[in-house]
Amino acid sequence: MRSSSAQFFDSDYQSKTSKFLQVLHIDPVLLAGLLILMACGLGILYSASDGSIDIVYRQLVRLAIAFVVMFFVAQIPQHQFYIWAPWFFALGIILLILVLVAGDVGKGAQRWLNLYVIRFQPSEMMKLVTPMMIAWYLCEKPFPPKVTSLFISLALVILPTVLIAKQPDLGTALLVAAAGFFVVFFGGIRWRVLFGVIVSMLALFPVLWQFMHDYQKQRVLTLFDPGSDPLGSGYHIIQSTIAIGSGGIYGKGWLNGTQSQLDFLPERTTDFIFAVFAEEFGIMGAIVLLVIYAFIIIRGLYIAANAQDSFGRLLAGSLSMTFFVYLFVNVGMVSGILPVVGVPLPLVSYGGTSMVTLMAAFGMLMSISTNRRLVAK
Amino acid sequence: MPYRSHVSDHSYEASIFKFRAIVAAIICILMLGGLLMRLSWLQIVDYAHFANLSEHNRIRLMELPPTRGLIYDRNGVILAENKPTFHLEIIPEEVEDMEQTLKGLAEIVTISDSELERFREQWRVRRSFQRISLRARLNEDEVAKLAVNRHRFPGMDINARLSRHYPYGKTAAHLVGYVGRINQSELTVIDEGNYRGTTHIGKTGLEKYYESELHGQVGRQNVEVNAQGRVLRVIDKVASVSGNDLVLNIDIELQQIAEEMLGELTGAVIAIEPHTGAVVVFVSNPGFDPNLFVHGISHKNYDALQHDVDKPLFNRAIFGQYPPGSTFKPFLGLAGVEQHHFGPRESLYCKGHYLLPDDDTERKYRDWKKEGHGMVDLTKAMEQSCDVYFYELAYRSGIDEMHDFMARFGFGERTGIDLLGERKGLLPSTEWKKRVHRTVWYPGETLIAGIGQGYMLSTPVQLAVATAALASRGEKIVPRLLKEVHNSQDDTVKIREPSRTMINLRNDNHWQLMFNAMKKVVHGNLGTARATGWGMKFKMAGKTGTAQVFGIAQDEEYDEETVAKKLRDHALFIGFGPVKDPVLAVAIVAENGEHGSKMGPISRDIIKRYMEKYAKQ
Repeated sequence: MRSSSAQFFDSDYQSKTSKFLQVLHIDPVLLAGLLILMACGLGILYSASDGSIDIVYRQLVRLAIAFVVMFFVAQIPQHQFYIWAPWFFALGIILLILVLVAGDVGKGAQRWLNLYVIRFQPSEMMKLVTPMMIAWYLCEKPFPPKVTSLFISLALVILPTVLIAKQPDLGTALLVAAAGFFVVFFGGIRWRVLFGVIVSMLALFPVLWQFMHDYQKQRVLTLFDPGSDPLGSGYHIIQSTIAIGSGGIYGKGWLNGTQSQLDFLPERTTDFIFAVFAEEFGIMGAIVLLVIYAFIIIRGLYIAANAQDSFGRLLAGSLSMTFFVYLFVNVGMVSGILPVVGVPLPLVSYGGTSMVTLMAAFGMLMSISTNRRLVAK
Repeated sequence: MPYRSHVSDHSYEASIFKFRAIVAAIICILMLGGLLMRLSWLQIVDYAHFANLSEHNRIRLMELPPTRGLIYDRNGVILAENKPTFHLEIIPEEVEDMEQTLKGLAEIVTISDSELERFREQWRVRRSFQRISLRARLNEDEVAKLAVNRHRFPGMDINARLSRHYPYGKTAAHLVGYVGRINQSELTVIDEGNYRGTTHIGKTGLEKYYESELHGQVGRQNVEVNAQGRVLRVIDKVASVSGNDLVLNIDIELQQIAEEMLGELTGAVIAIEPHTGAVVVFVSNPGFDPNLFVHGISHKNYDALQHDVDKPLFNRAIFGQYPPGSTFKPFLGLAGVEQHHFGPRESLYCKGHYLLPDDDTERKYRDWKKEGHGMVDLTKAMEQSCDVYFYELAYRSGIDEMHDFMARFGFGERTGIDLLGERKGLLPSTEWKKRVHRTVWYPGETLIAGIGQGYMLSTPVQLAVATAALASRGEKIVPRLLKEVHNSQDDTVKIREPSRTMINLRNDNHWQLMFNAMKKVVHGNLGTARATGWGMKFKMAGKTGTAQVFGIAQDEEYDEETVAKKLRDHALFIGFGPVKDPVLAVAIVAENGEHGSKMGPISRDIIKRYMEKYAKQ
C-alpha cells in the first residue's frame, strides 16, 4: 500500500498524547470540534431553559452517555461494520415493520417499540444502518456503478425511508434518505444521472403531496404564508423569525433574549434552540456556530477522503454529509425557509434519542480514521 | 469482473472520491452561506422590523386548565370536590424591603428553610412582576392572621387555587381513589395538549378509571403582553370545558354503616342490587385518608401506610383473594340437584367424617361438627352447613363438572367492575392443575374444593356477583359503581345500562329450593346464622362461611398476640333479602373474623336500611 510508508514516517513525529489518542481510536481534531460545540450547546441550553441547572445537568448526563457510546463504537474495527451491515439492515427493516404493526403511539405517531426493558426507536438506528448497507453493496461493485446497481441502491434507500415516513416521522425519513443518497453520490454516480434523478424527484413532488398527512401539508403551506395560521402551525415560524430577527448583529446578550425568556418561543430547548442562540448572540454568534459545525463536517470529509478502503470512504462521507443535512434542515426550518419537520439541532438540542445516534456515527468516523493507521503499523 | 484493473480501479476510485468530497465540502459551505444570507436578511436588513415586533405588542398563548368533574353518591352527597386552598405569594416588584417582609411573614406563619430557599431561587430568575409562591396550603388560622396583617406587607398576596378534596376520607377511599401530581410515565400516555396546565391526574379507583370523563377540555386565551411580559389585555379566549360529574350507585350512609359494623376487623363488604348490578356498598377495611396523596404524601405518612400490619392501601374488595369456604355451598348444592347427583329430598347419614370410596389410606375428611349431623338432605345440609353432604356431592360431581358449573356464576373470572386491576380468583380444574402445577388432580382435592377450600379462591366482589345472580334467579350482572355521567356542557345525563348474562337452570324450581334452604340458615332453628334472624321483620336468605388460615408468610414478622390473631379463621357471609323479592345481595369477608355467623347482622342491617330508604316506593 502506497500510503502506509508515509503514515509510518508520520507517526515518528507524533507526540505522546496523540499516540495515546490513537491507541484509544480517538481522532483529536474531531474530538476538539465536538467538545467545543457541546460546550456552546450547554451554555445556550441553560439560557433556553430559563436558567434551569437541572436541565443542563440532565443534558450533561446524556452527553456523557453518548460519549461512552462513541468511544465504544470507535473501538470496533471498520471491517466489522462491513460484516454486520446486511444483518443490521435486515434486522432494522423487520423492526420497522414491527413498529408499524405493534408500536407504541407517542404524540400521534408510532415510532417506538416497547421492549419492556427499554423503549426503542428503530428508525433512529436506520440513520446509521442504511448508509452502512448501501456502502456495503456499492463498495464491491465495479466503478463507476452501473444502472442496475444504482437501481438496487435506490431500492435500499427507499424501503426504510417509506417505512419510517409511514409512522409518520418525516424528519427521520428525510435524514435516512439523505444518508443513503450521499453514499450513492460518493459511490461515483455520473453527474448527468445525478441531475436526472434530482430533476425527476422535483417532478415527483406533486405525487408525493398526495401521500402526505394533512398536518404535513399544513406545515409546507405555512412555510409560504406563516400569517395564514398565526396561532396554529404558523406560530412556531412567526415566533422564531421574530426571535432571530430581533437579535440583530450582536444579539441581546446571554440570558437576555426576550422572545425566548418570556415563553413566546415554543420548543425552545429542543427543535427551536437555534432561535434562542441567534436572538441572544446575533448574526456574529450564528456565524461562529456555523463555522464550528462546518469545521466538524469538513474534518469528517477529510477522514472519508483518507479512509483505507472504499467501504470506509463511502460510509464516512455519507455520515459527515448527513450531519450537515441535520444542521441545514434545522436552521432552515427555524429561520423559516424550510417546513417544520422534527429535526433537532445536532448535539445542541435538549433530548437524548438523536444524541446517541449522532455520537455513534462519530464513533464510526473515528474508527474509520484511526483504523487506517493501526493497519499501517 | 476483470481482476487486473483492480489496483488502478482502486486509485481511480479514490481520486474520484477525493474530488467528490471537495465538491461536497464546497456545496456545504455554499449552503451554509445561503443560511447566513437568510439570517442576515432577518437580523440585519429586517432588524428594525423584528426588533419592533419583539419590543412592542406581543401575543401570548395561555392555557386555561379545566375544572375537574365532581363525584357524588346516588343521593347527591359529594364524595370528591374541588376546594380552594390558599397559598401565600409575593409579587417582588411591589415589595419595598424584601428581607424585612420575609422576616415579618416568618413571624406570622411558619416558613421552612427549604421553602425560603426555593423562593429565593425563583426570585433570582423570574421577572419582578411574576408571583412567586412562598408558602403553600395555609390553614384557616394562618389565612386569617395574614389577612389582618396584609397592610404591613405590600406585595404579599393570598391566592386561592382549587385542589381535590375527599370529604368522606377513608370511608370511600378504595372506590373513589385519589388524584396526585402527574408523573413521568403518565406524561407519555396522556394527551399532552389537553393536559397542558393540568397538574393532577387520577391515580387509583374511579378517579383513574373515569379520568377521561372527569378531566375536561383545556381552554386557551391569547393575551397581549408588553416588552417585559406583563399581561396588558386578553385578546380572545376559548373557555375550558369542565370535566363531567359522576353519580355513583354507592349510598354513602349504607357504606358508613357497613364500615362501622366491621369496626376493627380487616375485610370487605359489598352490596349489589341483583337486577341492575348497581354496587350500593363497597367497603374495604381499613381505609386510608386519600387527602394525604393529593399534595404529595410525606415520606413519614407513606411509610406508616406501607408498613401498617393491616395494609390499609390494599383494596381487599377486588384484590383480596380468599377461600370462599362454606359460602361456596349454595352454588355447589344447586349444581348437585341440577345435574342429578342428588335428589332435592335425597338424604345421607352424616357421622361426623367422610371416607373417600376406593381409598386405601382411610383418611378421614372431617365435618366441623365432630358428632355429625345425622340424616341430612340438601336443605338441612345448607342450614347446618354439613360438610359430609358436600364431600359426597363433590365426589359424585367431580372437579371438572364443578368447575364448569361454578364458572357460570363468575368464579375464576373478572367481574368487570369499573375499577382497574381486579383479580380473577381461582377456580381449579384438572386442566388448570396440569398446566400450573404439572401434576394430576387427586380425588381428595375434589372434596376439599367441595367445601370451598384448597385451591379455591375468590374476591369479595366475585362472591357478591355470584350471590346477586342467585338472588335474581340467574341474572349474572356486571357490577357497576357508576350510575350516570352528568355532562357539564349540555346538562345531559348518560346512564349506564346494566349488562347481564343469564344462567338458565334445567328446572326453575331449584332456585326456590335454594332460596328456602338459605332462608333456613338465618331463620331455621338450627341455622348457622340463626342469631341474626331473631326478631327480624323481613326474611333474609344467607350462608355463613369460615375459611381456615393455613399459615403466615415467612417474611412477615408479628408479635405473639398478633400471630394469634392472624391465625384465626376468616369469616365470610353471603346473603340477600327479602327472600320474596330480593332487593340487595351482600357479600362479606372479615379476615380473622373467626366465624361467618358474626357477619350476618352486618348484612341484615344493610338490607334493612336499604329497604327503609328505597323499597317503599
